[in-house]
Amino acid sequence: MSNWLIVLGIGIGTYAARVSFIGGLGKRRLPRSVERALTYVAPAVFAALVLPAVLFNDGAADVTPTANPRFLAAVVAAVVGFATKSVAAVFVIGMVTLWLLDSLT
Amino acid sequence: MAQTPSARSSVRDGVVAVSPLMVGVAPFGIIFGVAAAASSVGSGLGYASSFIIFAGAAQLAMLQLIDVGAAVVTVVATALVMNSRYVMYSAALSPHFRELSLGARLALPYLLVDQAFAVSIIRFQEPSDPAYRRRFFLGAGLGLWTAWHIASGVGVLVGAQLPEKWSLDFAVPLMFLALLATAVQNKLPAAAAAIVGGLVAVIFQGAPYQLWLILGTIAGVCAGMVAQRVRP
Repeated sequence: MSNWLIVLGIGIGTYAARVSFIGGLGKRRLPRSVERALTYVAPAVFAALVLPAVLFNDGAADVTPTANPRFLAAVVAAVVGFATKSVAAVFVIGMVTLWLLDSLT
Repeated sequence: MAQTPSARSSVRDGVVAVSPLMVGVAPFGIIFGVAAAASSVGSGLGYASSFIIFAGAAQLAMLQLIDVGAAVVTVVATALVMNSRYVMYSAALSPHFRELSLGARLALPYLLVDQAFAVSIIRFQEPSDPAYRRRFFLGAGLGLWTAWHIASGVGVLVGAQLPEKWSLDFAVPLMFLALLATAVQNKLPAAAAAIVGGLVAVIFQGAPYQLWLILGTIAGVCAGMVAQRVRP
């Protein structure tokens, strides 16, 4: 029930963001500074999603490849990502690295 | 535009322009479907969210937050902060859609995602008539929408059958990593936003109501603004 509320809430809010200027505020423009700030939402939020997810292992930060192979696999995938900007390459290299590290330990 | 292209060829232009980006969406959509099927959200609502929300990154973040037991308000607020970038896209596209009917201006934004925005804003730099722009955007948006639905549908269907020892849940941070690389584009202020955003999210991991994601995002945006002032 509350999950449905979440999906509906996000759906309505997301549509409101998309329709804002095209649908109504047609002749107005965003202030320069706001426009700038919004360009930094994407890098900030993606990093905030990635780092805790790969750094924490059972609630504690852990970068040892044996106990938490996900961190090293993510570092390898990050290098590939910044070099290629390819979703597929990040996915394949990241998963294979994790499987290799898993099989070694 | 030297001569007015036919309606069908204008729509096709949009589909063709967005098609390379559909390739990138496919693994992302499959991962989302797999993650939805494995999470407490489930495959039904997970797939429904592809219709209702249609914003992959926010949908994935939503799964992650729901699974760690975040409050309803936190999940919604976090996703909406992520999707606030659509306000920027809407503002940038609005001059090109000004002549369209109100109905078109209310319907088209449903399809406004990163990829449709990117190909449209580039195409609209060339002179064109309003009907062409409407059809081009429709083609790009619907093309991506279709790719997203096929991919997330496949993910939901196969997700339930995949063994847990494949660690496919790791695909979620990997997807965000790929998006991060695209978003940073080797630019210094964006890199500052990412570094600060990531560190603040780690530091505030224990914050109440799972506020770490919002705090990290806000801190990252501030860092980007500061870095851009120091060294644009």
